[in-house]
Amino acid sequence: MNRRLLLSTVLVAALAGPVFAANPQPGETLSDNRSYTFRELDAIKTLDPGLNADVEGSDVLRALFEGLYNEDSDGNLVPGVATSYDLSDDKTTYTFHLRPEAKWSNGDPVTAQDFVYAWQRLADPALASEYAWYLELGQIVNAAEVTAGKVKPDQLGVKAVDDHTFEVKLIAPLPYFPKLVTNASLFPVHKATIDKFGADWTKPGNLVSNGAYVLKDHILGEKIVMERNKNYWDDAHTFMDTVTGVTINDENAGLTRFLAGEVDRTDVPAGQYPQLKEKYPDMATSTPYSCSYTYVINLTDKGNKALQDVRVRKALSYAVDRDIIVNNVLQGGQKPAYNWTHWAVNGFKMPDIDYSHWTQAERNDKAKALLAEAGYGPDKPLTIQLNYNTSEAHQKIASAIAQMWKQTLGVDLVLNNLEWKVHTDRMQSQDFEMARYAWCGDYNEASTYLDLLASYSGNNNGKYSNPDYDKLMKDAKTAADPNADYTKAEEILATDMPIIPIYHYAKVDMIQPDIKGLPQNNVQQSWYAKDIYRVAK
Amino acid sequence: MFAYIVKRIAVAIPTLLILIIISFLLMHAAPGGPFTSEKKYPAQVLANLNEKYGLDQPLWKQMATYVWNIVRHFDFGPSFVYKDRTVNEVIAQGFPVTLVYGSISFVVATIVGIALGAVAALKQNTWVDYLAVGISIGAQVLPSFVIAPILVLVFTLWLGWLPGGGWEHGEVRYVIMPVIALSTAYMASIARITRSSMLEVLTSNHIRTARAKGLPEWKVILRHTLKPAMLPVVSYLGPAFVTMITGSVVVDMYFSTGGIGRSFVDAALNRDYSVMMGVTILVGALTIFFNLVVDILYAWIDPKIRY
Repeated sequence: MNRRLLLSTVLVAALAGPVFAANPQPGETLSDNRSYTFRELDAIKTLDPGLNADVEGSDVLRALFEGLYNEDSDGNLVPGVATSYDLSDDKTTYTFHLRPEAKWSNGDPVTAQDFVYAWQRLADPALASEYAWYLELGQIVNAAEVTAGKVKPDQLGVKAVDDHTFEVKLIAPLPYFPKLVTNASLFPVHKATIDKFGADWTKPGNLVSNGAYVLKDHILGEKIVMERNKNYWDDAHTFMDTVTGVTINDENAGLTRFLAGEVDRTDVPAGQYPQLKEKYPDMATSTPYSCSYTYVINLTDKGNKALQDVRVRKALSYAVDRDIIVNNVLQGGQKPAYNWTHWAVNGFKMPDIDYSHWTQAERNDKAKALLAEAGYGPDKPLTIQLNYNTSEAHQKIASAIAQMWKQTLGVDLVLNNLEWKVHTDRMQSQDFEMARYAWCGDYNEASTYLDLLASYSGNNNGKYSNPDYDKLMKDAKTAADPNADYTKAEEILATDMPIIPIYHYAKVDMIQPDIKGLPQNNVQQSWYAKDIYRVAK
Repeated sequence: MFAYIVKRIAVAIPTLLILIIISFLLMHAAPGGPFTSEKKYPAQVLANLNEKYGLDQPLWKQMATYVWNIVRHFDFGPSFVYKDRTVNEVIAQGFPVTLVYGSISFVVATIVGIALGAVAALKQNTWVDYLAVGISIGAQVLPSFVIAPILVLVFTLWLGWLPGGGWEHGEVRYVIMPVIALSTAYMASIARITRSSMLEVLTSNHIRTARAKGLPEWKVILRHTLKPAMLPVVSYLGPAFVTMITGSVVVDMYFSTGGIGRSFVDAALNRDYSVMMGVTILVGALTIFFNLVVDILYAWIDPKIRY
């Protein structure tokens, strides 16, 4: 027997009306200006959901397409094309019920077959998607085998039971599976359009999409313009007629153009948040953003021998005064990190890390003692190489930490500034001693961070390995409450210190005060153009 | 002359081929590749990508296929990073943009630069000269990455006259600031070269002769001074023209023009091999062509030069 599970948010949504769409609060009058313009750091690389691999592409794809579920302002799941789902008793089969009124921009109905096609296409080696691994992450039956070309894409564990019922089979239970479906790679695509236009299907005029917006114009390095999709099922609750992304590489240029009223949202240049907050208190915002900043330590033989000693790693970590980094260097509402998972991740219980409670003086004393115990001191000085990629902020942080280590521990930190691809390449081939690294969560659950440090993870660049840690991460996949395992895993990290956590990110923006409907407390920072509205000034 | 042109074109082909080979090797020698990302993809995913883009083939074969596709179909391949686009599309979209603001900048820089330099030379050691030299030195020390933010600050934020960026198919008000930002430094160089070259010509024998035989001063200047004085200017203008019409990274990035200038840097940083090659070949071919144009102009300017 299948047990029907309705998410609490689904119920709330059904009772309270469309809280998930642009929904002015009582007392707000809407503006006549129905266009929204935002700054993009880089040109959008692709508008094909199956090929997209980056954050900015996802922002645009969430406006053009709609997946099974969306996220609300706090990061909770709310219905998208699916209205609800059932989970089988063995917790491996998800059955999504799709809303019959969902349509493509050309008027065709959005069906379960569209999802089947999109997911099979994502796994297909012929598409060669960088995000093919995402299906494997979702534990979908045969995902890895399809991508490896061992079985045909039609063997993937997805099925259209009927036009509006989409079934997904997993290898093993995965409690956070529904959270994965908000990712752009799992959005449906329109087969007839792809068959007709081939690689040109994402061009303006050709692209058929099922989101609140359709593509009007896309000029590399200049802008992307999207217009309201009259065929979108919830078009009645969409406010903005036009949504435009403007490519502005330079943060300061973005700020000038924001102040001139050309863009509604832009990033605050590093270090300028305090002044801007004081001058424009209703515009400067800082909200938690699911990314963590660390120094990864190479634990293989290619690394620095001294760093194999846990006492040295701990000493270095303790001697980093994180408050100085966030308050004096970054100054944008970031938080000091003593653990790996971002503090605001949904459901995550912050571990009780001993050294997070100490004063910096206590940490420094402990650090000195540990380093001396490990045999390093004035007569046996320690020199460490740190690699980081080109960026003013990375440079400042590295210089600050080098100074802290020199002063407190007498350790010499040699700073190696590398171009991004060179840095990444060296890190992934374990050609480093210590390296700056940041990770942004793919979904709103702690395993997106913690899986990374399992010995079997492809992204474990320092090659940290602890069987207890691996076991916890494996158990968490099927545990009723994985968060208990996550907290324990974090405690192991604090004991082994394979990475030096430094800070948890914040998204620091300037937003025009009349713009409403951007997420307030969604750590993924996923925003939906359909939710944005502008109030009259 | 005709034989000379044919010979130069014949030399251009192997030159381009050498350019392709060296660029190709250098690019592949750089650590990392187009699919290097902070999230390391599973080996199978990378293998599929490498197969799709032919990166699993030996280097010589990749290069041969690449050159063959260009010769046979004028096909520069798909972009490795901008996956919805081919290199031809990237260039077809970005090159017209830089061609427009680059050509206008070229004309502006040339006319203003030559006028400024000529006036300075003719009024040497007067306040006119000092002013002209002052302007050109001032312009020279202000690179476009300094000028661009100042322009936006003044004309967009303070005065509200011009949009701070965008291109809108070359609408005039979007073109003004890119042109000023790009042309200033070139204008300064042209003015300085013109000034010193004119000063040299003005003291030469044939000017004294022209004046002695009673030619009106304007004729002496236009026909007998300015024309020969253009020799060093023209040799500067040839490569400068190519650099200008292929755009400026700073202008493209700062003014969101969507021009080809930023593709150079972007493609190199992204390891977008195909776009990198495409832009390199474009700039290489244009450079070769305009060097030839300069050589032909030489012969016209200076009767002593014969090919």
